[in-house]
Amino acid sequence: MVAENSTQPISVTLRVWRQAGPAAPGKFVDYPATNVSPHMSFLELLDVVNDGLTLKGEEPIAFAHDCREGICGTCSCTINGKPHGPGHGVATCQIYMRAFSDGDVIIVEPFRARAFPLVKDLVVDRSAFDQIIQAGGFISVRTGAAPDANSIPVPKGDADLAMDAAACIGCGACVAACKNASAMLFVAAKVSQLGLLPQGQPERDSRVLAMVGTMDALGFGNCTNQYECSAACPKAISHDFIARMNRDYLKASVRASFKPAASSATGGA
Amino acid sequence: MNLAGRIFGSSIGRKVIMAITGVILTGFVIGHLVGNLQIFAEPDHINGYGAFLHQLGPLLWVARIVLIASAVLHIWAATVLTMENHAARDVKYGVKHTLRATLSSRLMRVSGVVVLAFLIYHLAHFTLGFTQAATFKESLPLYTLGTDFKVAGFITVRAGTPTFDVYNMVVLGFQKPVVSLFYIIAVGLLSLHLLHGADSMFQTMGWRSEKWAGGLRKIVVLFCLVYFVGNLAIPGAVLLGKLQPHEPARAAATR
Ligand code: HEM
Ligand code: FES
Repeated sequence: MVAENSTQPISVTLRVWRQAGPAAPGKFVDYPATNVSPHMSFLELLDVVNDGLTLKGEEPIAFAHDCREGICGTCSCTINGKPHGPGHGVATCQIYMRAFSDGDVIIVEPFRARAFPLVKDLVVDRSAFDQIIQAGGFISVRTGAAPDANSIPVPKGDADLAMDAAACIGCGACVAACKNASAMLFVAAKVSQLGLLPQGQPERDSRVLAMVGTMDALGFGNCTNQYECSAACPKAISHDFIARMNRDYLKASVRASFKPAASSATGGA
Repeated sequence: MNLAGRIFGSSIGRKVIMAITGVILTGFVIGHLVGNLQIFAEPDHINGYGAFLHQLGPLLWVARIVLIASAVLHIWAATVLTMENHAARDVKYGVKHTLRATLSSRLMRVSGVVVLAFLIYHLAHFTLGFTQAATFKESLPLYTLGTDFKVAGFITVRAGTPTFDVYNMVVLGFQKPVVSLFYIIAVGLLSLHLLHGADSMFQTMGWRSEKWAGGLRKIVVLFCLVYFVGNLAIPGAVLLGKLQPHEPARAAATR
């Protein structure tokens, strides 16, 4: 790692996974980069390398990115074996070249999971997460004029914890880091952000059952409680939410099996 | 889907099966160790204990069936989950990197399989007498209990009862270094299995949180250490000559 305040340019070699399409064969290709400012972001370096490739008439490296400020969850990449690269609690777009040393070989791979099929180079299709979110469904709220602030009391501790869960940007690093490509941290965060709040109670059981069911059906792996997910998470979301979801799922399963369902066919009014 | 479908068919449900069967098996191995440690007392203790267990009759079979069912379910869930996990990461990474997964957590399958192999051998050895038949309890002269064997203050086996000589079977069995060595490796790996398993169980059941995870970890580490040392003590003491067969056997051996 270069010193925080160093402006001395460095040279690195990017060893990038290149694959033209889902069915095409893939391989690592080396791209030397010289005169790299340590204050350049990692994605900026990819831009510079891509400029060079374009000028040479070669296909630029495809990589996903959008906000470049760590809030959208679009950027991905596994850098030297760690999703989102070196650093704790930051996404790939927030990695700066000072995190590396002069002469480093930086190995860049796509997120790997069967549920995230590869599209091209470093880009994978993470729409499986959207399907899980959709399975979660709606929450019952009164629409119309905005309700009075604080009309529903929420204990501060619960609100803060729900916010910790809601910090998830859905990037998929948890899946990429998990030895089993499990989506438990993502699903747990999404289940908990609503399950912790009064507004999330009416559909609490059906939500966790549906989201976990969809997660399983999409071919994600199973949790082995190794906590690689939370260590890789750019939002440092705790695996405590996984324990919480396990409990929620169990309770919901029991309740769903014994609670009678309405059978009225005649309707009211 | 009904409850059974959710428990047996979902990822979380199968993890819960692993956890609950794991707890049952852990409870058994703790009880088993405590029972075995009676070998450090007079032969009356462990031989009386053995006779007591066999007296339980149908109750003993209930316990055995629960344990066998737990083992089968545990291994079934481990196999199914592992196969799904391998399928879920169909393309491997070029760089393998571990952020914080513990060694014990990464060795669960290996430690589990060695424990299973050991379990089969162990049953063949001390329960069925398929190996070391000459020193199997049924080949050794019967032992006459010198004192009453009591459980919770109640006499369960009276003095004078002829019992199998479990004491000598164990001591003579462990005098073979290979047997002891396999035993020590297996209980070492079982302790390693429990180092992740006992901790993991709380997470799976949803009882673990950062608030007390550090304390839980310390308890689990201490438990596994004590469990390992306790198990090591028996073959260790035999190999070091601290535990010797008691008299009738020596007489029997030279007869
Ligand atoms: C045939 C032998 C065995 C195999 C193949 C096996 C395999 C496994 C596997 C793969 C796991 C899941 C690991 C994870 O989620 O990270 C596990 C968990 C566990 N095992 Fe075993 N195991 C075996 C025997 C045992 C025995 C004999 C005990 C107890 C004495 C035991 C206690 C546990 C416990 C408490 C867990 C934790 C459950 C959880 O993750 O919540 N296992 N085992
Ligand atoms: S590009 Fe939006 S989080 Fe990195």
